Amino acid sequence: MNQAQVEFVLRIADDSLILGHRLSEWCGHGPILEEDIAMTNIALDLIGQATSLLNHAAALQGEGKTGDDLAFLRFDRDYRNLLLVEQPNGDFGMTMMRQFLFDAYRTILFERLQASSDEMIAAIAEKSLKETKYHLKHSSEWVIRLGDGTEESHARIQESLNTLWRYTNELFYTDAVDEEMHRSGILPDLSDLREQWEDTVNRVFQEATLSIPTNNWKQEGGRKGMHSEHLGYILAEMQYMQRAYPNMEW
Amino acid sequence: MSNKEWPLWEVFIRGKQGLNHKHVGSLRAADAEMALENARDVYTRRSEGISIWVVESNNVFASDPSESQEFFEPADSKIYRHPTFYDVPDGISHM
Amino acid sequence: MKEVNITEMERKFQEKIDQDIKIEPKDWMPDDYRETLIRQISQHAHSEIVGMLPEGNWITRAPNLRRKAVLLAKVQDEAGHGLYLYSAAETLGADREETIDDLHSGKAKYSSIFNYPTLTWADMGAIGWLVDGAAIMNQVPICRCSYGPYARAMVRVCKEESFHQRQGFEIMMTLAKGTPEQKAMAQDALNRFWWPALMMFGPSDGESKHTAQSMKWKIKRSTNDELRQQFVDVTVPQAEMIGLTLPDADLKFNKATGHYEFGEINWAEFWEVVKGNGPCNKDRIDTRRKAKEEGLWVREAATAFAQKRAARKSA
Repeated sequence: MNQAQVEFVLRIADDSLILGHRLSEWCGHGPILEEDIAMTNIALDLIGQATSLLNHAAALQGEGKTGDDLAFLRFDRDYRNLLLVEQPNGDFGMTMMRQFLFDAYRTILFERLQASSDEMIAAIAEKSLKETKYHLKHSSEWVIRLGDGTEESHARIQESLNTLWRYTNELFYTDAVDEEMHRSGILPDLSDLREQWEDTVNRVFQEATLSIPTNNWKQEGGRKGMHSEHLGYILAEMQYMQRAYPNMEW
Repeated sequence: MSNKEWPLWEVFIRGKQGLNHKHVGSLRAADAEMALENARDVYTRRSEGISIWVVESNNVFASDPSESQEFFEPADSKIYRHPTFYDVPDGISHM
Repeated sequence: MKEVNITEMERKFQEKIDQDIKIEPKDWMPDDYRETLIRQISQHAHSEIVGMLPEGNWITRAPNLRRKAVLLAKVQDEAGHGLYLYSAAETLGADREETIDDLHSGKAKYSSIFNYPTLTWADMGAIGWLVDGAAIMNQVPICRCSYGPYARAMVRVCKEESFHQRQGFEIMMTLAKGTPEQKAMAQDALNRFWWPALMMFGPSDGESKHTAQSMKWKIKRSTNDELRQQFVDVTVPQAEMIGLTLPDADLKFNKATGHYEFGEINWAEFWEVVKGNGPCNKDRIDTRRKAKEEGLWVREAATAFAQKRAARKSA
């Protein structure tokens, strides 16, 4: 088993899993019926990505576990998602801002991963890229609408940006895992990731009349399993059935 | 700011290459882009389409059912527009 | 003179109905026909939307990824179905926002079944199997309803809903052949949802004030009791097949009629729930109202932005 490769796949998988979970909390509570359906579609894409990626991680591990085992039976410190995706939904603007900051990053990541030497990752990236491009279109349009909508919506979404900005530095987190993935060709070159991401973000924020916070306070830790307090509650809900009724078929 | 609903849009979908766009229903959206995206999420969840048109409902002009007699019935008597109006003798094919 | 004209128009209208010619939005129709349809279609739409909540309650706790995706897709379909139905009601001049305000004020009704709580995962199975099963039985005849937009919406809904009942039955079947705890969970869910599912068909024919006229107009194509009987007849053998027991001591098969006879429905409970006194009525409406109120700034912002952009384009 290649430990770094498993770790790398789990990082991408957990981003999809946890963000999909957060978005699914909206189902039935959206600001209008049409948007309820739209957010659920995004959640379904993310849960689909998580399923493929976790199955792949389980296969790479070779310990006889399933993707479901990885999704539902790891402990809190073993989840590898970004802090950004576990942040609470807040109001609709907060959810769209979180989505946009993530989608802008994810699109670039999946574009590059299509050339991964791990064929399974390349195939998942190709499929997920199509989904993510649509998510980015949807979330950036909403950021623009809310930013340049009413005084109230502008104030609200600017506040969401101020809140979430501290979690964006982590999008570019790298460590020995990434280095090893580069060396083995599993992770293609991403040295311009931040630059590309900033291009998208600046363009959308300009149109949305939003200003990037000057606050440079940065939070990270998710990639190493150091999460915010929110993750524990997500897992308490998500894992409830598997913990309460272990080893059963559903 | 008005608390009024977003305008209503009519949705037309091309099921597959070679078919006409067909009316499938309506939805609410603030602008055309949103109407297209909502139509995609509401009406093509099961791969029902490869192309979508949206038209704001108040831009659709419809014929009036109370005028349907003068509008449509005059065509009914022009039976010579249909091939079955003509006699073709037995033995003639490809016509 | 005008009176005579109306009577004549009503006669012609009924003739069209009798000949199975569909009524379309701009066609003349009696006011009562329009009102009955608006009431029925919007009740139906509200039921889809409120119906998202009891199942939505378990999305974040689904036991595995497959079940999570299936449940999410199902609840999403319900939002879609609500939307198709609100669209059909709009063709009759019923503005969606006003229709929804009637739901929130308690003026409009929705299916009483959604006022029961979902307490365990097995309830996802019971709802899919029984509630969607009953809904399909109600809806299939409406595909032939005299009003075109409602009939067409129903065709789409029925097509999409065929997976809903199956996934519910699959959940129940898996639980019924699982561990003793799982089987007990399934039986408990069946015990709680069986009677409310039978109530979904509405009051018995003698008590139903709208049935006769609705049948004549072909808005309704079977009576409440006929549909309820049909539902019992198909569901009892399904329960037996997966080894669950229906909570009705009076249930027995009548060989002579070929139908199951079943016990008396607790109509007092039914009317209490319809009146708003069910276990979850208040929660359901509060939740819907909250979603609408909290979304107001979003809807306003999108309108404002659309206006700004249109102004910029024309400038």
